[in-house]
This record gives sequence, structure tokens and C-alpha cells, in this order.
Amino acid sequence: MNGMNMNTATASAPSAPLRDLGAMRARIKSGILRQQIFAITGILFTSFAVLVLLAAFLDLLFDGLPRLSWDFLTNFPSRRAEQAGILSAWVGSALVMLVTMLAAVPVAIGAAIYLEEYAGKNWFTDLIEINVTNLAGVPSIVYGLLALGLFVYHFGFGESILAAGLTLALLILPIIIVSSREALRAVPIHIREAAYGMGATRWQMISDHLLPYSRGGILTGVILGMAEAIGQTAPIITIGALTFIAFLPPMPVTGEFPFLSLQWVWSEFTVLPIQMYNWVSRPDKAFQLNAAAAGVVLLAMTLMMNGLAIYLRYQVRKKIKW
Amino acid sequence: MPPTDIAHPTVPTLVAPDRLKPKFTRHIKERLVELLLMCCGLVAVFTTVAITAILVYESIGFFNYVSVWDFFTGTVWTPLFENPSYGILPLISGTLTITAVAMLVAVPMGTVIAIYLSEFAPHKLREIIKPALELIQAVPTIVFGYFALLFVTPMLQATILPGLPGFNMLVPGIVIGVATIPTIASLSEDAMRAVPMAMREGAYAMGANKMQTALTVVMPAAVSGVVAAFVLATARAIGETMIVAIAAGQNANFTFNPMEAAATLTAYIAQVSMGDLEHGSVGYRSIFAAGLVLLIMTLVLNLTGHFLRRRYRRAY
Repeated sequence: MNGMNMNTATASAPSAPLRDLGAMRARIKSGILRQQIFAITGILFTSFAVLVLLAAFLDLLFDGLPRLSWDFLTNFPSRRAEQAGILSAWVGSALVMLVTMLAAVPVAIGAAIYLEEYAGKNWFTDLIEINVTNLAGVPSIVYGLLALGLFVYHFGFGESILAAGLTLALLILPIIIVSSREALRAVPIHIREAAYGMGATRWQMISDHLLPYSRGGILTGVILGMAEAIGQTAPIITIGALTFIAFLPPMPVTGEFPFLSLQWVWSEFTVLPIQMYNWVSRPDKAFQLNAAAAGVVLLAMTLMMNGLAIYLRYQVRKKIKW
Repeated sequence: MPPTDIAHPTVPTLVAPDRLKPKFTRHIKERLVELLLMCCGLVAVFTTVAITAILVYESIGFFNYVSVWDFFTGTVWTPLFENPSYGILPLISGTLTITAVAMLVAVPMGTVIAIYLSEFAPHKLREIIKPALELIQAVPTIVFGYFALLFVTPMLQATILPGLPGFNMLVPGIVIGVATIPTIASLSEDAMRAVPMAMREGAYAMGANKMQTALTVVMPAAVSGVVAAFVLATARAIGETMIVAIAAGQNANFTFNPMEAAATLTAYIAQVSMGDLEHGSVGYRSIFAAGLVLLIMTLVLNLTGHFLRRRYRRAY
């Protein structure tokens, strides 16, 4: 737009522009004016976006905070809004996150190490790289369909914590892979050469040097991935999580030998965002306030995890001077 | 070998000589580790293959009942009624309408914010806004769904749009748009910052002011990255589920009018999954067919976006 203005301005007065200082001053002035208008528009748009997002958070806080109490955290969902709580939801979320972490972290870090340290420049590496980039853009609900067909029915996991945890693990793989690769790449080449020079094998170099040095960056990626997973609703809905769960999964620690039980991974479950979705879609205002309270808990957890990740990244950047 | 070799002096034996010999077991271990790590990498390939295979497999089952022609040209989508009808167009129209509203909000605002942050904003402000944008991208979308249904819609009804129905496509579109602004702003700003400083300095030297530089030098240089941001954001808006499932209504409705309620591809999948659906029924398979359409739409956009991003990365 502006480019056209400039062109027409120079084209219309080709003969006497240089001598006419008044006209030139006017043009510079109007240019500066337009620039200031543009800068103000930028500030206005930025503050508008910030304000709307702030309104979203404040609305949730005002609706939800009065409902937040110890009872809300320790009660099961109920048909009566005032007695309903999110016990089964947050326990479900925590257990699903545990499965997700155990499944995603080793695989993602392994893939990152392979791509950074082992893979040669060939079609096979390209294939893996294209898939990682591509998976990051697949809508989350499609992961839900994958899980419904594969985990729930084909593998016969049912609508269990295990199925949900594995689904979210696949979903956050690209996030952890990408940030772990960045962390590994940040370790300078001379560290590797020094280790090789001392006679270390490739894996000894990786496990004794690369991994310890890139720990901070990898951890940041893991936290970001987990924060993404905890807020995911669509894929969990798709695999068929229940919305009304008034029991807890079997305890992982038992009184009898061998004291550890994995029964809980097969249990039916609900998670925080699903509980919130269920309450939002009810016409009763009291339940909608419950939804807001659940939303506050969810938002607080996500923001805390992200804040921690940003802080960690800042610390890593500050501390490491190769 | 001569007895005094300067280039290879005899190393005094500090360790037992056999420790320096290549060990057979050590070699095996290295190979095993590499194989294991490669398998981790292959999980990504496996996931893509599994997604495609499952969606295609269930869709083939679906298309045994429903003709492909009816599916892509029908304007009535009622798979769960007694007289089911399987025309996907209403879900596509709902998806496109909401995405269009979202992009009408997000593209201009996101671009202006990106130009402002990259070319005008003081360094300190940018250092605050950039992490804030990242933080906002991490907010679970169900929170925005709550905001759309229980704050924005009532507010619009009470002020400028009294005739707005409780469920409509306008509000989820706007809210997705606002939620997408950080994505566009952040990606476009990265592209603009990648334009070398020398190009700006050249423009200043020719007497251009900041805005002329931003619009006629930086923007054209960063255009592939900025367009990539639009394309990737569009793909995300198409795949967004919870905001539309909460605030746009549940009935498939063949319309492009944002003031009406209509389901999207994602909302339909979510809605059907909430109910009890018999495994293997046509209704069950219909969500995979809808998912396949969704996947193809986002895949095309994502591949275009990544292609464009690679182009600007290579340019500078």
C-alpha cells in the first residue's frame, strides 16, 4: 500500500522535487505521521489481544475461585453441584500423566539422540525428520482416532488409563524430540572430540558427556510437553473417557506381596479437562461455576509448568558458557 | 620398525595392554544401543503409518455403505438418525466458516503485532511480550471454550448483536482467532527478525522511515515466512476441537452464515465419541471418514507451510 503511495508520489512530480523544500518537508512530515499512526495501531492491537486474553483468565478466575475449596479437591463428582468435586479428575490426570511421561520421555530422547548423533545424511533420516515435523501439525483429535482404533480396540486396552497415557505420549513426542535435539546441538563439537580423543565410544561419549550437559534443555522440553498433554481434551474424549467417575483407580501400592500393583493402568478414568467439558455443557449455572473452578486448577497447573520451563531455559542460557 | 621412532615413541605401559584392545562385547553393545535409538526414531514413522492406516481402513469400511459421490456432494449429515444421510458438506462448511472468521481476526492483528514487535517495539517490551505469547499458546483450549460460551456470546447478545443465538459460529471463530494471534505474531516475528539488518540499514540510508522500511523492505523479504505462519495457523484453526464443540452447537448445518449454529468436522467427532457407539457400526466408522477429511485438509496446509518456512530459512 505504502509502496504504491511512494511510487505515485515520485512519478507525479519528477521535475521539481529537489528544489521544492517545502513540499519535501511536508512529505517527510506526513511520512512520520503515518509511521506514528502505524506504531500506535501496533500498540493498540497488542493491548487489545492482551486485554481479551486477560478477560478470559479473569472471567474464569472470578467464576471459579469462590468454588475452590479443600472439599472441591477431595470430593467425587455429584449430581448436586455444591457437593461435586474433582477428586477422580485430578487423580486421573496425574496417573495419565505418569504413563505419558514414562512412555514419551525415553522414546523422545532416544529419537533425538539418534537424529543428532547417529543418523547419516540419507533418505532414512529424512523420512524420520519429515514424520516428526508432520506429526507436530496433526490435529490432536486425529491422535484420538488413532488411539480409538489401535489402542482401545485393536490392542484391546479398552477405555483405560494406559490407552490415554500412550495416546498423549504419541502426541507430545514431536515437542520433546525437537527441544531435546536443540539441547544436544547446543553442546559444542569439541566436547565430543575430547571424549573420543580419550578413547570413549560413541555411547560412552553420549551417556557420560552429552546427556549430562544438555540435561537442562531436555528437561525444559519434557515439561513443555507435559504441560501440553495435561490440557488435551479432544483425544481423551475420542478414546471414550467417562465423564462421571465416582471411584478411584486401584492403589498402585498394596499391602500384600509384591506391594506394587499395576492394576490401575487398566482402570476407567476421567481427567480434569473432560470433567470441565462435562460441566460446561450443562445448562445449570451452578455446574458451570464448577467448570470454572476446574478450569482454574487446570490453568494454574499449565501456567506453572510453562513458567518453570521458561525459567529453566533462562537459567540454562545464563549458566552455560562453553 | 626402527628402534627409535620419533613419530611413534614407545608409550610407557600405564594400563594393562589388553584394556586397549578392541573388545568384541563393547562393539556389540554399541551396535545394540544404536539399534535401540533407531527404533525410538522409527516410532514417529510408525505413528504416521498407523494414523493413515487406521483412518483409511475404517473409511473403506464406511464407503462400503456410503457412496463416495454422496459423501462429498450431499448436503445433509445425519448419520445417527433413523434415516441416516451421509453428506459431509455441512461439516466442511461449518469448519471453513469458523476458520474464515478466525483468520479474519488473527491475520491482520497477528501481522501488525509482529511488525510492531519486530520493527518498532523497544527491546525490553519485546522481551516481555515474546514469552507471554508462548505462555498463551500453551493455555488449554477448553478454557477458551468456556470463555466463548459463557462470556463472549452473552456479552455480544447484550450489546451489539441482540439476535445472536446461544450457539453460533461467529463467537468460536473470534475466540479461535484471538487464541491464534500469538501463533501468527510469534512465527511472523521470527521471519521478520531473520531479515538481515543490512537491508534495513540500506533502506534508512535511502531516507526511508521505519514504517516504509517495515512495509516495503522487511515484509517483502520475510513474506514466505509470514505466509507460512498464516498457513500453519489456518491448519491449527481447522483442527481446533474444544472451542467449537462447546460454543458452536452440535447440529450439522449447511450454511456459511456465521450467525447460525453449526457443527464442524472436529466437533462431530467429539460429539459422537461422547456417546455410546457400537464398535464397527456405520456411525462409528463415520468419525474416521470425517477424521480422514480433516487430516487431508490439515496435511496439505502443513506441508505448504513447512515448504514456505524452509524457503525463508534458506534465503538468509
